[in-house]
Amino acid sequence: MTIAKKLEILTDAAKYDVACTSSGGDRSGGRLGKTMPAGCCHSFAADGRCISLLKVLMTNVCCYDCRYCVNRSSNDLPRAMFTPRELADLTMDFYRRNYIEGLFLSSSVVRDPDYTTERMADALAILREEYGFSGYIHAKAIPGADPALTQRLGRLADRLSVNIELPSSRSLALLAPDKARDDIFRPMEQIRDGILAYKADKVKYRHTPSFAPAGQSTQMIVGASDETDRHILKLSEEMYRTYGLKRVFFSAYVPVAESPLLPSPLDFKPPLLREHRLYQSDWLLRFYHFRADELLTPDRPNLDLRLDPKCNWAMNHLEEFPVEVNTADYRTLLRVPGIGPIGARRILAARRWRSLDYDSLKKLGIVLKRAQYFVTCGGRMTPGLRTRPEGILRALTALEAPAIAPQYEQMSLFSS
Amino acid sequence: MSTWPQCAFSYDGSFAGFLTCVGESFRCREYPFYFLPPGAEQISLYPLRPIQTDRALAKAVYAALEEVVSESFRRMITYSFLTCLPQRERHIYDVVHLGLTHALPQDPTDDRILILTRAIRYLTREAEHYKGFVRFSDYGGVLVGQIEPKNRVLPLLRPHFCQRMPEEAFLLHDKVHREGLFYADRKWKIRPVETLDLDRPDQAELECRALWRRFYETIAIRERYNPKCRMTHLPKRFWGEMTEFQDDPA
Repeated sequence: MTIAKKLEILTDAAKYDVACTSSGGDRSGGRLGKTMPAGCCHSFAADGRCISLLKVLMTNVCCYDCRYCVNRSSNDLPRAMFTPRELADLTMDFYRRNYIEGLFLSSSVVRDPDYTTERMADALAILREEYGFSGYIHAKAIPGADPALTQRLGRLADRLSVNIELPSSRSLALLAPDKARDDIFRPMEQIRDGILAYKADKVKYRHTPSFAPAGQSTQMIVGASDETDRHILKLSEEMYRTYGLKRVFFSAYVPVAESPLLPSPLDFKPPLLREHRLYQSDWLLRFYHFRADELLTPDRPNLDLRLDPKCNWAMNHLEEFPVEVNTADYRTLLRVPGIGPIGARRILAARRWRSLDYDSLKKLGIVLKRAQYFVTCGGRMTPGLRTRPEGILRALTALEAPAIAPQYEQMSLFSS
Repeated sequence: MSTWPQCAFSYDGSFAGFLTCVGESFRCREYPFYFLPPGAEQISLYPLRPIQTDRALAKAVYAALEEVVSESFRRMITYSFLTCLPQRERHIYDVVHLGLTHALPQDPTDDRILILTRAIRYLTREAEHYKGFVRFSDYGGVLVGQIEPKNRVLPLLRPHFCQRMPEEAFLLHDKVHREGLFYADRKWKIRPVETLDLDRPDQAELECRALWRRFYETIAIRERYNPKCRMTHLPKRFWGEMTEFQDDPA
């Protein structure tokens, strides 16, 4: 089989993996490559997703038969496998030409988890040790592999991740009968402990070998099973806390299989807007000091797809608004729809020199189309603005119209 | 506004030339209202004075920017000069004059400062884009890439690419501003490059490009096709120099 054919098969098999970020690392000093703390997007695919890393599988030959997965053993697909050398050479060729920021290596489970992990680690070892590559490497830890092998993978990679696949153990038992919940959380714990040990040693010894210095992430499929948004967000929040994850990724289920347990592929459209709203909420958890309990309550367990979650929260807490931009503290400003960390910091910096009016907010680059309903400048709101709750709601949903219009029909399938 | 008599300067278009203009204006106590780089033709109502670049004077002015005001001020002035802001010399001079004579306005919403910070934001954002979107081709071991930026981004890209490819030899060619970043043997230079004629790439290079295009086509999920989203993140003006959107000569 030609390398081009292999690349096509193993890219096609890897494309549903979400995490294509190259952030969090600070590696340099090799013969080729350097990582940037903020990551770097090298291209954007026709679906609008960022291409940062060469995202491929080591192999798509799999001994498991997970119902939701395109690579399940019962699926009739062309199968291929990279040799470690082929993969390392391909990565170097692409990296030199600035096509990519590094490698994202995942794999189906060929033979058993140990053998799979070993082959992956062999490819990374050629890159790191033989070629002196210090670009970004994200590797998937394979649940069920020997801890010593996962350890080796972590020494070579910048980031490790374990997919929790589905948001609850009930769905997992239903759709992925070969994977047990504990198999997934055990490597997660091991990676967490490995990272903690590395950080502790780094303080004491200069030449501590690194272990997943860009941290750990995970992903789950949304829309294949019936969990609520509240359940998903609470789970993410819990994992950020207990496993110190850098990111939790969500992937809207794309029908790749027919099964009585899954939504029928015929009338199913991937819940893209729901995925988008979940990411917006995830941002609120990580950068805006929100808690999942504030965004969603037991009696409203799903996100309102018409509005972004921050506007939604604000509309349900109108008693906290409007906020005076000249006096509000950083955290209060962050809660205003339309103001983010950069905007809030610019307001604080400018406020030291002058009192702010709407004109100066515009000059600072604050976008007022949402914020205007929730702030005052010197005690005044924009003259002539509708401020009754129904009026605000109508105006805010109108702003979202372009994102919602083409998908609104399909969304109603899920919000019911 | 200054009480100095107004004038217009013509200079060689370089940063050192601009700094010489600043030095000259302070020496003669004239306020340049208009700057004329070479190649530009414009009738000016003000008396036009040709300024010869004086490296020693330029160095002194450059040092003064930091000593009299601050290091971040000097960086703001240097970066502003790389931007594509129309009549940037005049806007930069206004701020330099303020900084060296009066106290610099600290208020970030001051219009004179704002026009520069906005232009710089545009410059740095474009440079960030190019860190990802530059494509190199291997010509017998030397990597060559071409870009068509609106701002002069090469000085901002220089540390990025030199650090990540320390053992490579490469040339990054800015077709718009006709200059190139040359790097080999751990040394770099930015020099004018009028035109660049490239040979037909060899077989290995063509194969690598074909592999990349194959990857690019395959990685997109058809059910999520969203050309508008792609266009937002990757505007069409970058496509021309990117391998994944090109066809190779047969």
